Amino acid sequence: MEVLSPYKEATDVILEAGGEPLKLCYQCGLCTGTCPWNTVRSFIVRRMMREAQMGATDFGSEDVWTCVTCRACVKRCPRGVEIIDVIRAIRRAVASMGIGVVPDALRISAKNIAGVGNPLGEAPEKRNDWAGELKVKDFAPGTDVLYFPCCVPSYDPDVKGVARSTAAILDKLGVDYGLIGTDAKCCGEAIRKAGHEETFQSLAQSNINLFTESGVKTVLVSSPHCYHTFKAEYPELGGQYEVVHVTQYLAELIEKGDLKFSRKLEKKVIYSDPCYLGRHNDIYDEPRAVLKAIPGVELLEFPDAREEGLCCGGGGGRIWMDTPKGERFSDIRTEQAAEMGAEVIAVACPYCVLNYRDSVLSMGKGEAIQVKDVAELVAEAI
Amino acid sequence: MEEIRTGVYICHCGLTIAGVVNVEELTEYAESLPNVVVSREYRYMCSDPGQDLIKKDIKELGLNRVVVASCSPRMHEPTFRKTVEDGGLNPYLYEHANIREHCSWVHDDKELATKKSKDLVRAAVKRVFHHESLVTREIPLNPNVLVIGGGIAGMQAALDIADGHNKVYLVERDPSIGGHMAQLDRTFPTLDCSECILTPKMGDVGHHPFIELLTYSEVEEVSGSIGDFKVKVRKKARHIDESKCIGCNLCEEKCPWKTDSEFEAGMAKRKAVYIPFAQAIPNIAVVDADLCAYIQSDGKKCGACIKLCDAGAITPETLLKQTDEIVELEVGTIIVATGYDQFDPSVIPQYGYKKYDNVLTGLEFERITCAAGPTEGKIVTKDGRPVESIGIVHCVGSRDENYHEYCSRVCCMYGLKYAHLSKEMANADVYEFYIDMRCFGEGYEEFYKRLSEEGVNFVRGKVARITDEAQTDEEQGKLIVVSEDTLLGKMIRVPVDMVILCSALEARSDAENVGKVFNINRRADGFFLERHVKLDPVATPTDGVYIAGCCEAPRDIPDTVAQAEAAAGKALSLISKGTVTLEAAISTVDEAICHGCGRCEEICAFSAPNVVTKNGTLVSSVNEALCKGCGSCAVVCPTGAIAIKHFTQDEILAQVSALTEA
Repeated sequence: MEVLSPYKEATDVILEAGGEPLKLCYQCGLCTGTCPWNTVRSFIVRRMMREAQMGATDFGSEDVWTCVTCRACVKRCPRGVEIIDVIRAIRRAVASMGIGVVPDALRISAKNIAGVGNPLGEAPEKRNDWAGELKVKDFAPGTDVLYFPCCVPSYDPDVKGVARSTAAILDKLGVDYGLIGTDAKCCGEAIRKAGHEETFQSLAQSNINLFTESGVKTVLVSSPHCYHTFKAEYPELGGQYEVVHVTQYLAELIEKGDLKFSRKLEKKVIYSDPCYLGRHNDIYDEPRAVLKAIPGVELLEFPDAREEGLCCGGGGGRIWMDTPKGERFSDIRTEQAAEMGAEVIAVACPYCVLNYRDSVLSMGKGEAIQVKDVAELVAEAI
Repeated sequence: MEEIRTGVYICHCGLTIAGVVNVEELTEYAESLPNVVVSREYRYMCSDPGQDLIKKDIKELGLNRVVVASCSPRMHEPTFRKTVEDGGLNPYLYEHANIREHCSWVHDDKELATKKSKDLVRAAVKRVFHHESLVTREIPLNPNVLVIGGGIAGMQAALDIADGHNKVYLVERDPSIGGHMAQLDRTFPTLDCSECILTPKMGDVGHHPFIELLTYSEVEEVSGSIGDFKVKVRKKARHIDESKCIGCNLCEEKCPWKTDSEFEAGMAKRKAVYIPFAQAIPNIAVVDADLCAYIQSDGKKCGACIKLCDAGAITPETLLKQTDEIVELEVGTIIVATGYDQFDPSVIPQYGYKKYDNVLTGLEFERITCAAGPTEGKIVTKDGRPVESIGIVHCVGSRDENYHEYCSRVCCMYGLKYAHLSKEMANADVYEFYIDMRCFGEGYEEFYKRLSEEGVNFVRGKVARITDEAQTDEEQGKLIVVSEDTLLGKMIRVPVDMVILCSALEARSDAENVGKVFNINRRADGFFLERHVKLDPVATPTDGVYIAGCCEAPRDIPDTVAQAEAAAGKALSLISKGTVTLEAAISTVDEAICHGCGRCEEICAFSAPNVVTKNGTLVSSVNEALCKGCGSCAVVCPTGAIAIKHFTQDEILAQVSALTEA
């Protein structure tokens, strides 16, 4: 008969890696019931907490890498347990101590990030090539705003439009902005959630040094993941900046009357809340305000919008890992959007752009539905 | 001046102090301080042998000052003042050093804790040097008692006091007494009908020669202090001649204006003129002025009730002219028993309360199972279908940091009661979704076992959501309760016809205001704060004001009744003594310095100082019966004319300078 003895050493490893909140868990299972995975497959979050408490964690299990860090469970947890911190701690234990297996796809991305500073493995000197003929100036001390587009729009040909649209808007408005040199690196948010703490520390330190040397005060970001890490994680490492997401920036300009539209966009647009903009940072209204301001746009809402919004599936490092068909949240969302008659799924996160574009194509809905970043829609209408 | 001879006594408090502070070293140190003639340590100073040490030393060594270093003065300063008095000294020639809460409980480093204890003892010794004999005074206590709230707690307290032939004013905000208990159908775990055990008590209260009932009334203002409170009560206009109404209810039958019945938890309607429920006490109608068309139209519309009332209790005069009345009362003690509000689960959107017709709160289900309720005791869905299966969701708003962190104490048990009633009355399949079952009272665990025997399905898991989106044929037309079964480690979906949310008990929405009126503090959870959680559970920091029942914390009926009787006992004990001892450490005015500026009058929360003319000049005069010795007046006094006895400049500065010595 298999009898379990509490294995304190394993619990200690998780506690030391930042899993302290697990002590508070009283095993009610609300996290499991709230977790979106359980609409498509079984993922017993509560049991992971229990196993961690008792030192019974299976570090080799694929469940270690399942969580998308969407924060739905944390928002509801009756004991206020930072469940994502516990999951991250388990991943750290695997990644740093080699007591489990890091999935191949994640290992490659991690290696790219550590090696060349971006998950795609592209050359650092090509980081700003997306701008092409837009001729965006380099950030220099005294420039008002640093625009930091995120690695995905910087390198991925399918998502470059996000960065190019943002630059076009800023140019049109005459904003004094610039791009940081090609020494910039991935912000490190996702690789940190994927347990690679050392890599994160090195990326963060490199970026902070670069920003500080360049005299950066305000950073404008396209990715909620960059937003989150710059705003919530860099300060304790010495990097203090005003961080603004593009949707916030645009909403403010619209409210002040500085951003005017010249074209109509007669479309039914449905907005999907990115987890790191919404649940992680409580930004729900600004993206909607921007979309509503675009002439002709009819804004639709998912039944589970805002705080209840379903993740695209790309957080916590999952963007680099394959999710089998039938389990993809962005597929569920795309189906919902189609049923509601949406012509555009609007997002405000490069990971969402990737996942939704993939879903729309693989589901054969490319004719009916477009996936656009809020900035892309604005650029089309000014 | 007499020689100051101080005795210092160090308490071990078992190991609570002695485990951290080196009491031998501290005792030796104390003996070295000026004016200390003896210093002793003892395991429990508060015990009789400990106190005897002090008394003996006072006699044999001629002590005229005593310092005890032990726990908080809130705990034992009164004990040792009494000891000193028994030993033949004035009780104010005593000083208390707190080396437990302020030292041993909060420090680990023994060496530093011992050093800090020395500092605290030194400060007490230097301070007690300046203490003076003070005299306490007795004033007569008004034996009348005010009880606020006519629920089970208030009624029980009122009856206990009135049965001893003492006058009780019972003030109830609603038109009838009865409180939440009147809304309940049956009571756990005995399942006796709530009305059957409550209504006789309501009748007793209504007819009691020593109880004056003020329903539809609220206390607006309380002044004075223990023994002598003055209370203003707003008696709201019922728009009925109370002396004529015979409770025939014809007016309500014919009144055409409807709204949700508060008593029926919104499950049925009442009229603009109504008697809240059949057993209401007093059995007198009341007019909802906001709803009454006659009142709203200033007598131009309706008036049906006027025509129907043969007793002449409703007239154009009562409807249009009757106004609120302010009643002034004088009482010696006050018992606050204002009860609780039920948590509104619509703030948890995933539970679908108010969205789905058949998601109910506990109070709503009470009315459904009650024979006198809107369905006449039939468990049916809103559209009248029989209920074959029921989900009961525990901890809704309780044990949840997002709403209330505390356990509401009654939900596990009333959840079991609903399970039983669902089985017995509807033969329904019952699923109880719980996190932990808390069945701690008399007969509670046995009731839990009984429900297991009755075949209730217990599912351990906090419900994630309630939905009507069916995934299978079996789920069609049902409400589906979604949860993890944490014992199986699997997600489950349970289709049911009705869901009952065991909603938390929460502090009254107006508890803050009520607290201000009666000078009662609240805990972070919003409920009223007792003076000591274990040893003084019905007293409040305001002398003469007691609390009972759910206004203090969620509790069941047996505990509520016990608390009400405890509060009544407190009041009766004061009445029996007949006098109140006034604090001697109160403010005193040096009339030679006082300018009569009146700042003391402005700041005082108890209206103790008054500026008066004496020998042609304005000076402040302190009413010793009202002064609490809080010290506010001394702080604002620009000339330093006001001092607080026992907290004089000499005393405080001696203590402070002792603490700042190296």
